[in-house]
Amino acid sequence: MSAAGTGAAAQGGRFARFIDWVDERFPLTAMMKEHVTEYYAAKSFNAWYVFGVLALLVLILQVVTGIYLTMSYKPSAEDAFASVEYIMRDVDWGWLIRYMHSTGASAFFIVVYLHMFRALMYGSYKSPRELLWVIGMLLYVALMAQAFTGYLLPWGQMSYWGAQVIVSLFGAIPVVGGAIVEWIRGDYFISDITLNRFFALHVIAVPLALMILAVVHILALHTTGSLNPDGIEIKKKKGPDGIPLDGVAFHPYHTAKDLVAIIIFAIVFCAVIFFAPDMGGYFLEHANFEPANMLKTPAHIAPVWYFTPFYAILRAVPSKGWGAFLMAMAIVMLFLLPWLDRCKVKSIRYRGWSWKIALTIFTVSFLALGYLGMQPVTPAYVYAARLFGILYFAFFLLMPLYTARERTKPVPDRVVYHGHH
Amino acid sequence: MNRRLTSGLVAVTGLVAFLLLSPAFASGGGALSDVANNDISNIPSLQRGAGNFVNYCSGCHSAKYVRYNQLARDLQMPEDQVVRNLMFAAAKPTETMEIAMRPEDAQRWFGLVPPDLSLIARSRGPDYLYNFLRSFYLDPSRTTGVNNLMLPGASMPHVLATLQGTQRAVFSEAEVNGTVQHVFDKFEQVSPGTMTPAEYDEFVRDTVNFLDYIGEPVKAKRQSLGILVMAFLIVFLVLAYLLKREIWRDVR
Repeated sequence: MSAAGTGAAAQGGRFARFIDWVDERFPLTAMMKEHVTEYYAAKSFNAWYVFGVLALLVLILQVVTGIYLTMSYKPSAEDAFASVEYIMRDVDWGWLIRYMHSTGASAFFIVVYLHMFRALMYGSYKSPRELLWVIGMLLYVALMAQAFTGYLLPWGQMSYWGAQVIVSLFGAIPVVGGAIVEWIRGDYFISDITLNRFFALHVIAVPLALMILAVVHILALHTTGSLNPDGIEIKKKKGPDGIPLDGVAFHPYHTAKDLVAIIIFAIVFCAVIFFAPDMGGYFLEHANFEPANMLKTPAHIAPVWYFTPFYAILRAVPSKGWGAFLMAMAIVMLFLLPWLDRCKVKSIRYRGWSWKIALTIFTVSFLALGYLGMQPVTPAYVYAARLFGILYFAFFLLMPLYTARERTKPVPDRVVYHGHH
Repeated sequence: MNRRLTSGLVAVTGLVAFLLLSPAFASGGGALSDVANNDISNIPSLQRGAGNFVNYCSGCHSAKYVRYNQLARDLQMPEDQVVRNLMFAAAKPTETMEIAMRPEDAQRWFGLVPPDLSLIARSRGPDYLYNFLRSFYLDPSRTTGVNNLMLPGASMPHVLATLQGTQRAVFSEAEVNGTVQHVFDKFEQVSPGTMTPAEYDEFVRDTVNFLDYIGEPVKAKRQSLGILVMAFLIVFLVLAYLLKREIWRDVR
């Protein structure tokens, strides 16, 4: 650290002297080195490794656009819906900020789901990264809370009735359920009071948790180091300079690569914003362009697409109490993943066929449940949801059995890297 | 690497395509499924639609988020022309398209308050509106004398009957899922209106076009700006890719 300080000073210049001045008071250069210029990650990263950076990008995007929306939004049952339309029509560029925020919500879940799938494929949750995975899961739960509280704010029909359905789920908790539901709503039904407290949670409490958890997630990642598509610890093979042989510095190597990914993401993101901001009703539901009306229940209440896999599980169970319980368990299972998977080999490249089949079944089940959760309830769909729900849980509950004696392939010493040309 | 990047892109594109291609609007239980085919970049059609809206709809329906001066700007009309021809229920062009009818009165007269139409095209879709306005048929059991195929039991009277004339709905009996049900067959003209069916369809298309426009006045601008943004990003992508290739050149 001191070497860096003198190095910068040796080059002279006012800026270098300023950095030295800061370094004596705050570990600026040391932090830059530890987390950016001398943080080494495998050179063999593939496209699946961009979604963490994209999630961070979307988080920042949501915070910035959210601040601007808050300047014109009015959190009251009387004015909320009209204030959103005011933003869409009368505020300069308000429509763009609002579409960035609404599209950002869905984009957040898309990149997070892909990020989690990457972890499943390459074993990023396995020892020594269990805590990293658990912190990530806490981020996911916070993200769900953020999406749920944010969805009430436009005060449209689907905002209102979606909140009604989800909040009432807590009523399934034995004994104290009714009291908890009242405590969440602050009223006997979803009302102006509920809207106000959801606003407080959405703009202060949950974003604060998300920001802190994101920092903690990155700190944990930089402690264990990033894994790679081969599931090999690059720290075990270091050169004489102490740098992992298969690693390249986060900056400029991975940042240059991430910039390409960010622009590709921006192209898809802007395509939605400018040409299909409601995404055919999946990002902005049609019914939400009607103001909330507590006397008129919509014929078909469905949560936004990112909640539908869990919603399908809820609806597949005849009893509301057990449905809500299994819905919660579907998320708890993900937390337990590092301890359910007994296989020592990390990456799918060297794991056995039983894991590959199990992961495929799980992925198909998750997507199928997501689809079924959007559809109206019919007997055939309910049976399908039960089947895929059982497969979803079987993936986790049987995991200790089918991963214990998996027929894995030998894992190479060094990462597989063919270069980029 | 390229192969992997490609497969990742395919996965993302596939997801986006899946979301885009899935059925856009749930059917409203109606029997007409014609497509409105309206075009929000057709300014004369929007101008005619604005006239239709003010003359036939805004007696009962407000468009309380729409400002007259924005109409003037977007529909390329001088503000005084809007004031003279469209602004009957407001004092200043900066005001929105409110109506004079009080909600209590509406409740008493129609049994419900006619909805504000600012966002009707976004909640229902232009095709639904196009079919709705062409689906009134005589039904003596209703207090208004008409019913609507798209919204059975609608409280709205057929305010466009002088233009369209009146029509009768012909139902046939058919077996659906084991039960005999009335299935809509066709409309039969009972008395002619002042317009031919083709003229009436055109009238409705203009009106729906206007409703589509007021649902999101920025839509046309959004789409044209989007093309510029895309062009910029693609240039940026090429430069970023070249930068990345240069930086990774020495990685073996």
